[in-house]
Amino acid sequence: MTSIHASALAIGYGKHPVVDNISISLQPGDLLVLIGTNGSGKSTLLKTLAGLIDPLHGDLTLLGSPAGQMPTRVAYLPQHPVSSHTLPLCVQDVVAMGRFAHLGLFKRSTDRDRAIVLESMQRTGIDSRANEPIRDLSGGQQQRTHLAQVIARQAEILLLDEPTAGLDLNGRKAVAELIATERARGVTVVLATHELADAESATAVMLLAQRVVSMGSPAEALRDEYLRECFGFTQPH
Amino acid sequence: MRLALLGGILVACTCAIAGTFVVLRGLAFVGDALAHGVLPGIATAMLLGFSGIVGAAIGAAVMMGGVSVVTRKFRLSGDTAIGLLFVGMLSLGVMITSRSSSFVGDLARILFGELLGITQSDLAWQCVALAIVAAIALVSRRPFLLLSVDDGLARTSGFSARLFHNVMLTMVAITVIASFQTVGTLLVLGMLIAPAATGSLFARRIESMMFIAAIVGSLSTYIGLLISYHYDLAAGASIVLTAVVIFALAAIANEIRKSRSHDHHDHEHPHVHGEVHVR
Repeated sequence: MTSIHASALAIGYGKHPVVDNISISLQPGDLLVLIGTNGSGKSTLLKTLAGLIDPLHGDLTLLGSPAGQMPTRVAYLPQHPVSSHTLPLCVQDVVAMGRFAHLGLFKRSTDRDRAIVLESMQRTGIDSRANEPIRDLSGGQQQRTHLAQVIARQAEILLLDEPTAGLDLNGRKAVAELIATERARGVTVVLATHELADAESATAVMLLAQRVVSMGSPAEALRDEYLRECFGFTQPH
Repeated sequence: MRLALLGGILVACTCAIAGTFVVLRGLAFVGDALAHGVLPGIATAMLLGFSGIVGAAIGAAVMMGGVSVVTRKFRLSGDTAIGLLFVGMLSLGVMITSRSSSFVGDLARILFGELLGITQSDLAWQCVALAIVAAIALVSRRPFLLLSVDDGLARTSGFSARLFHNVMLTMVAITVIASFQTVGTLLVLGMLIAPAATGSLFARRIESMMFIAAIVGSLSTYIGLLISYHYDLAAGASIVLTAVVIFALAAIANEIRKSRSHDHHDHEHPHVHGEVHVR
């Protein structure tokens, strides 16, 4: 089954389109990287895919259903997750919130849920801080915690809005490995980023500047003329 | 006095549960507006001679519905809508009370409570309110937690943000309605916020935040009643002021503890200051 399908999709707030005529077709294990300047429409597209904003028009399905209908199968990491800096919650409790979509109101969390939470913290390298209040952590550590929360959902589609923001080089490497592992498991990933390097292993790249400048393989989508149009500069060769 | 203490402790426990989510979700202004929104309802009940609790419930429902309508229909920000309804309901309440022959006495009783005049029937109502608030918090704890972080997180986790926001407001309204007899509509906000804010300084889990809030609220009730008895001061105000003073002392103690632990950390690891961010 196609993971994400969009055709003639227009996205935006209210009645004002930010980007229109978007077409996407992603299979399990694909990685779509969204690249563009601030305000180019990357976050708006991710929010639309997550079901937080209704599409203005066009077709959009995730795993065969309209956006926002599959909370256990789609996980979304916002650009600046509320850092929970005032919340009296320890790291493992924040990560455990990733299981709430599966547990609903009444199901009790099981040993399996706890094992998934622990594994998610280990994979993002935050397990040593499991019992510390999230408000006492650095921005990078809080970002790892929110990433672990998203991983703990064990979703089939991951929508990640700048997941490496605030991370050091090791953190960025860990996120790249995490995405590779998830893809190997058949998880489809849509990643918004400012980093051209993140596009290297992508199945497809979409270059955005309040419209779709280019879409295709990394080599096709990141050609010099498109980059110049989008950013005003080209990659050093 | 024993009834007053019991009533105060029941209010402290109810406020600890609701107040925890008021503090986490940043609903202090809504809580304040709800507390004042019940005033016209109570005043009308007093004037017409029916139950103050029923009047307060009607006032809270009008306030919540009004905020929702004004926010959606007139495209105003939430705090502007709340502010408008807040002053409107407060003024209406004062106008209705001014029709009463004992205007000043009635208004003071509504605004500042009458803890020492509490009856066994009031205690029974407070027990029921505590049970309802605890049940709402228990059933809705997951969406409430997600809402405390972000509406979007609640929605992408499969919970309706609007529905559970309204459930949370209903829980706060029940707390206000059950507490106005004890500390009054003006001071109930203090019992909602001060003990929960104290809990948030030290807790690492929501349950422990509620527990600390309940302890601080109950202790404030005990100390406040003692002060009120010995110095002939208003009971409700003494209780709330004690809760605020406990928060201030706890915040200072927490800052000292954190700066000491920071100094200790710097001494142990003089060159480590968080992560190096390479963007």
